Amino acid sequence: MMFQARFHGRGGQGVVTAAEMLSVAAFLEGKHAQAFPSFGSERMGAPVVSFCRISDREIRLREPVLEPDALVIQDPTLLHSVDLFSGLKSDGAVIINSTKDVADLGLDALVERLPAGNIRSVGATELAMKHIGRPLPNAVMLGGLAAMTGVIKLESVIAAIRQAFPGAIGDSNVAAATAAFEVVAANKKDAVSC
Amino acid sequence: MLKQTEGSHAVAEAVGLCRPEVICAYPITPQTHIVEGLGELVKSGHLKGCEYINVESEFAALSVAIGASAAGARAYTATSSQGLLFMAEAVYNASGLGLPIVMTLGNRAIGAPINIWNDHSDAMALRDAGWIQLFAETNQEAVDLHIQAFKLAEILSCPVMVCVDGFILTHAVERIDVPEQELVDAFLPPYEPVQVLDPKDPVSIGAMVGPEAFTEVRYLEHHKQMRALDLIPELSAEFKSIFGRDAGGLVRPYRTEGADTIVVAMGSVNGTIKDVIDDRREAGDKIGCLSICSFRPFPLEEVRAELLGVRRIVVLEKSLAVGLGGVLASHVRMALRGRNQLVYTLIAGLGGRPILKKSLSAFLSKVEAEPHADVHFLDLKNDIVEREIERASQQRRSGPTAENVLKHIGSPMAGLV
Repeated sequence: MMFQARFHGRGGQGVVTAAEMLSVAAFLEGKHAQAFPSFGSERMGAPVVSFCRISDREIRLREPVLEPDALVIQDPTLLHSVDLFSGLKSDGAVIINSTKDVADLGLDALVERLPAGNIRSVGATELAMKHIGRPLPNAVMLGGLAAMTGVIKLESVIAAIRQAFPGAIGDSNVAAATAAFEVVAANKKDAVSC
Repeated sequence: MLKQTEGSHAVAEAVGLCRPEVICAYPITPQTHIVEGLGELVKSGHLKGCEYINVESEFAALSVAIGASAAGARAYTATSSQGLLFMAEAVYNASGLGLPIVMTLGNRAIGAPINIWNDHSDAMALRDAGWIQLFAETNQEAVDLHIQAFKLAEILSCPVMVCVDGFILTHAVERIDVPEQELVDAFLPPYEPVQVLDPKDPVSIGAMVGPEAFTEVRYLEHHKQMRALDLIPELSAEFKSIFGRDAGGLVRPYRTEGADTIVVAMGSVNGTIKDVIDDRREAGDKIGCLSICSFRPFPLEEVRAELLGVRRIVVLEKSLAVGLGGVLASHVRMALRGRNQLVYTLIAGLGGRPILKKSLSAFLSKVEAEPHADVHFLDLKNDIVEREIERASQQRRSGPTAENVLKHIGSPMAGLV
């Protein structure tokens, strides 16, 4: 089985690094993983896409991720300007960086299409501001993705973050990612109980 | 050591393990991360005994490598696209003088229109410049080919270009086994030049050669590449005996046994093709593929042997010989001369257009009933092309083609996702 994730955000938000860190986390769990950017002329603020595949076997495929199992949306201002949900699998997972409830994001059609609980929001920018002091949501969102999909363990995400950002910056990113993991994991329990 | 790392960074590490003595660097996307990585290795002291020279252009990069190599140093540089064209004169000089420089080519399209994305136009533009050209299928192979390239270059005293798909490989982060220094040292001995500029034993390199000897000098250049046809498989086997994995060689067949159709291609697209082959084999299609690793020298006999008895050959290539069709397809036809086999040219992936499994499989489904072999374009937007031809025919001052096509397509990123 191959797990495929697509990351959407804007230049400067670490979209490419997010996919790379996810691939490192999967590698640390002994899996094959492939991360790559959408190869645009990246500019601060412009829409950016990156991809990550995870598999137990060697990954030979070199096409972009067309039918993602998971979508990580690092910037909610993209929600209604870019076709973010193109090809999303019918049982796919979506995690959106927003302090709003999913019900308030204007995504009713998508919510209806996906299984209950497969679309979630987490205020990653706010968590980043609190822990890191800069609006960098990428590592934070990975914590949320780990809680939501279980495709990767939180400790692998933490190790990947530390590898990408050694020292104090790594510590603060780990704190923010762990907070996001807890928020999403708690949400998940709520969803299951009701 | 197994690590999850960027292709460019792994190539930089591999080149560092080969103990280059001079690295000439000039940045150009998508190759830049490689020379940046090497710069870090030199500055941090991990790569000792190496002079890292920042130059002012690609022409200077290769010219300095030529000087360094002629003075007896193991020399390396890297470039892409317009950078290769800008150094074209020096590219011919390096091979004409018989200097064993290794250069990475991060394959990228050539403008105009300007395009930073991957295809093989740059490598094809200088295919006849006398360099050996090897194409990497994966980042692991990119690493391994560089180690083989220095040895091949130095045995023959002939420059080698290692072609690595820009972005698709250079910017992909994946699992790569970066070899240990001791193993590389066991495989690659110190450079022992066949010619060297040495004040104690002066020679002149680069004499003018007139009609009386030019043909002979060229013939000897060709002879070196013919020797490479034997050496490349030998080095690949020796590499395997030391490092324990397959890399390089002339050609690599995949599931070709009993095949009616074989897809021929170079570089990273072979990964996608193999996935398509597996799907189609499972559905009962007798199909396989052949990856060409050595484009120069071109292994005519091996290609001919691998394609024996196959009904249809689809040559997928990431470059277009405008006014002809496919470069690789023409080579494959030469390999098959005298045989009545259908060779289809399929141009794909120009300027970074993704080569999709779905599109490739659809083409392979219709190829059986397709009588016209030349020349097909994968995922060509016919409506756009026809509208532009019609529009341009309506008025003399129809304006620039690229800009008019863009008007109908929208954002340059449209269709990438």
